[in-house]
Amino acid sequence: MASLTLEHVDKVYPNGHAAARDLNLAVRHGELLVLVGPSGSGKSTILRLIAGLERPTSGRILIDDEDITDVPPERRDLAMVFQSYALYPHKTVRENLAFGLQVRRVAAAQIHERVQRVAATLGIESFLDRKPAQLSGGQRQRVALGRAIVREPKAFLLDEPLSNLDPSLRVDTRTELALLHRRLGATMVHVTHDQEEAMTLGTRVAVMRDGRLEQVGTPLEIFQRPGNVFVATFFGSPAMNVWRCRWTRTATGMRLTCPGLTFDLEGTRNLRLDQEEVLVGVRPHDISLAPRGDAEAVGRVDIVEPLGATTILHIRIDGASERAVRVVGPANGGPNVDGEVGIRIRRDRVYLFDERTGVAVTQS
Amino acid sequence: MRSEERLGWALSLPGLAVISAIAVFPIGWTAWESLHVHDLRMPWLGRPFVGLANYAEALSSPRFWDAMAHTAVFTAVTVTVELIGGLFLALIVDRISRGRDLVRTTVLLPWAIPTVVVALVWRFLFENPAGLVNAVLFRLGMSSPTWFADATAAWVPLMLADAWKMTPFVAVLLLAGLQSIDRSLYEAARIDGAGWGRQLTALTLPLLRPALLVAFIFRTLDAIRVFDVIYVMTGGGPGTATEPIALLTFSMLLQNLRFGFGAALSMIVFAVTFVLAVVFIRVLGRDALTGRVA
Amino acid sequence: MNVSRLLRVLGVVTVLAILLFPLYWMVTSSFTPEARIFGEPSVIPRTVVLDHYRALFGGRDFWRPIRNSLVVAGATTAVSVGLGVLCAYALARLQFRGKTVMLAFILGVSMFPQISIVSPLYLLLRELRLINTYPGLVLPYLTFAMPLTIWLLVGFFRQLPAELEEAALMDGAGRLRTLREIILPLAWPGLATAAILTFLYCWNEFLFALSFTLGPERYTVPVAIALFRGQYQVPWGEILAAAVVATLPVALLVLVAQRRIVAGLTAGAVKG
Repeated sequence: MASLTLEHVDKVYPNGHAAARDLNLAVRHGELLVLVGPSGSGKSTILRLIAGLERPTSGRILIDDEDITDVPPERRDLAMVFQSYALYPHKTVRENLAFGLQVRRVAAAQIHERVQRVAATLGIESFLDRKPAQLSGGQRQRVALGRAIVREPKAFLLDEPLSNLDPSLRVDTRTELALLHRRLGATMVHVTHDQEEAMTLGTRVAVMRDGRLEQVGTPLEIFQRPGNVFVATFFGSPAMNVWRCRWTRTATGMRLTCPGLTFDLEGTRNLRLDQEEVLVGVRPHDISLAPRGDAEAVGRVDIVEPLGATTILHIRIDGASERAVRVVGPANGGPNVDGEVGIRIRRDRVYLFDERTGVAVTQS
Repeated sequence: MRSEERLGWALSLPGLAVISAIAVFPIGWTAWESLHVHDLRMPWLGRPFVGLANYAEALSSPRFWDAMAHTAVFTAVTVTVELIGGLFLALIVDRISRGRDLVRTTVLLPWAIPTVVVALVWRFLFENPAGLVNAVLFRLGMSSPTWFADATAAWVPLMLADAWKMTPFVAVLLLAGLQSIDRSLYEAARIDGAGWGRQLTALTLPLLRPALLVAFIFRTLDAIRVFDVIYVMTGGGPGTATEPIALLTFSMLLQNLRFGFGAALSMIVFAVTFVLAVVFIRVLGRDALTGRVA
Repeated sequence: MNVSRLLRVLGVVTVLAILLFPLYWMVTSSFTPEARIFGEPSVIPRTVVLDHYRALFGGRDFWRPIRNSLVVAGATTAVSVGLGVLCAYALARLQFRGKTVMLAFILGVSMFPQISIVSPLYLLLRELRLINTYPGLVLPYLTFAMPLTIWLLVGFFRQLPAELEEAALMDGAGRLRTLREIILPLAWPGLATAAILTFLYCWNEFLFALSFTLGPERYTVPVAIALFRGQYQVPWGEILAAAVVATLPVALLVLVAQRRIVAGLTAGAVKG
């Protein structure tokens, strides 16, 4: 298993579109790094750059500290699982799995043994002699994985491998992927646009937007200490509430005047804020419902979304009618539509972001 | 990837070399030849350079302008007939759900048959005095022109033969375009209250524009170069009444053996084709080639 | 509902009948004795004779032009597809400088009027002593066969998912191996289509065959038919019989491969 490094990598296309800008990323030996971001953020491009299917406009790519920027993909000894699986339609499953080994002139007996072993691990022995067209989507995905595993490559590159699966299958397969990673101890780079997938699978998560790395860290770090408002709102469902508020210093901290809501934040005397306004973020889970008397802000319930275990409430706060506040409430006994409701905010879970740059100032 | 570049060149060079040697080199040669007098019947004259004299002779020759006129008329009529007929045929075939294979085979046959055979069969049909057409006209009490001895009437079987052969080809092109139109668009139009005619003008024709343009371009460029059907059916006759420019060129080259003059005529044909092709692609065709609709 | 359906079917049958009638007339007339060929027309022939066919293969030795056509069309197709497939793959999938120019060039060449290159080709073939020989026809035929083949195959290769080749690359196979083991097995429908269409064009070709052959020993089928000469009058019976024979292989090809032919015609928007 190897480590992968990208140094100052740029990828600019002839039409001017920049898929990667001065990207620096280090994938550690044996970790599962998830590259996550919205469509067009450049995450698939990064994967293809590592694979060698695209060449960087500038910068270096290294495997185990060896510069492989000029090495063609067939000699990098990496394995890739494509979003569409890309199984060879005219070959049987067995032949699909064996192809990479045959190219490397592995002995036939060895090939047979390895193919059998991997097939057993993935539970695909029963259709080793069928062609891909005869398999279901989930089965094809396993074959695609098997083709990568059987080669015992330096690292695995997975391009949205779960995106084409039925939602019910997706969660199960996700767990299996995590188990597989633990068993193989392999270095894996996994690309996805699904933030839940990123959080659950990754040893570390790298968040991308518009060709730049926004933040790299463990899932918990990303969630609890987002580096900017983009990362903060990307992770967590329902998304974090973000308000534009004015602030003034108080004796012990600062007073935040937000639309429909004013509250004090202690222990923030030393914070440096450049603008007159600041972006305040609070996750729906960190807002609680309160009776009128205790509430810090009052409003009417616009929409009620029962999820079974919890309920998402969209509340229009008096004095702040443009956007509703998202709150996670109890499954039963919560307010109905148009009902009056009050909210309280957990002070220790308030995030502050620079109003102009979006960069996190601190969190309480 | 430099190795990919090298491989790309290595793989394509043989094919490219063959094409260049066999097509490009001759065109260059023809251009050069057109500036000389080169009469193979009079080899003692050598091959003197005469500049544009051949072109001047061509442009001042009434036979040349007749040939150009013949070609223009032939092109205009056949392309129009083929486009309309092809559209009609495609619309009909599109609506068939069963027996598609048989219909397709039938539709393709005229196109696949050698032009020589087409020309002969239609000559046979129109032959004086007792070809089928004349026999039928006689039965209906009408008199018939002496088709191939009449300068104007001779065009009828010629154009019919070309239309018969090529309308199916146009239909095949348009059919593919028709079948790529999303059916749900028609359903939406019907719900909106549009009748069959409305659907045709508002939906089908605009969406078919790329395919129509492609068919138009290819048929026009081909009609300008027409040779086979006229050579076999009328030989350009009576006299030179049905002679298109390609046939005139052929006569000069391989019957009169006036290679220099023939080369000039060849270049004129080439130039006309080239200019038209460029015009089409620039002015009309960019959308067609990229497949855009609007 | 049923009335309109009936009308539609009738319409289709009528159109098809009109399309096929000349062929039908050709076939029935070829079995009609010479004396009655221009006699009273009847839809169903009254007498059926094989005279014309016997004369065709007996006296006229029509096997020779058939053989010539088969050899020339076959050889041209083989060379064209063989060289063309490599060129087309490079143009469709590999990145190299000058690629777009090359594509435009090939498209441009396919628009050359044949008449414009007849004379230099004639002189060139005469120099190489290839007039009235098989290579003397195959070489000129390549001028339209190669662009046609390449154009068709480029369109076809582009339809294959790029990810298949990428997967093969990741598996460690070089470009050539990928071409051989992954692309070509999947490309054979496209190759078949290209071969069929190329063969058809070669079989039907007239101008070059007329210009570059000198006598009946090398005439191809179209030329042989066009130059039929009777002793006293035009031998329509034999001409029609020859026409039928010339049409048979084509008809068979269309019957067997009409789906492919349509796919090929529409994939590349080929010239007629």
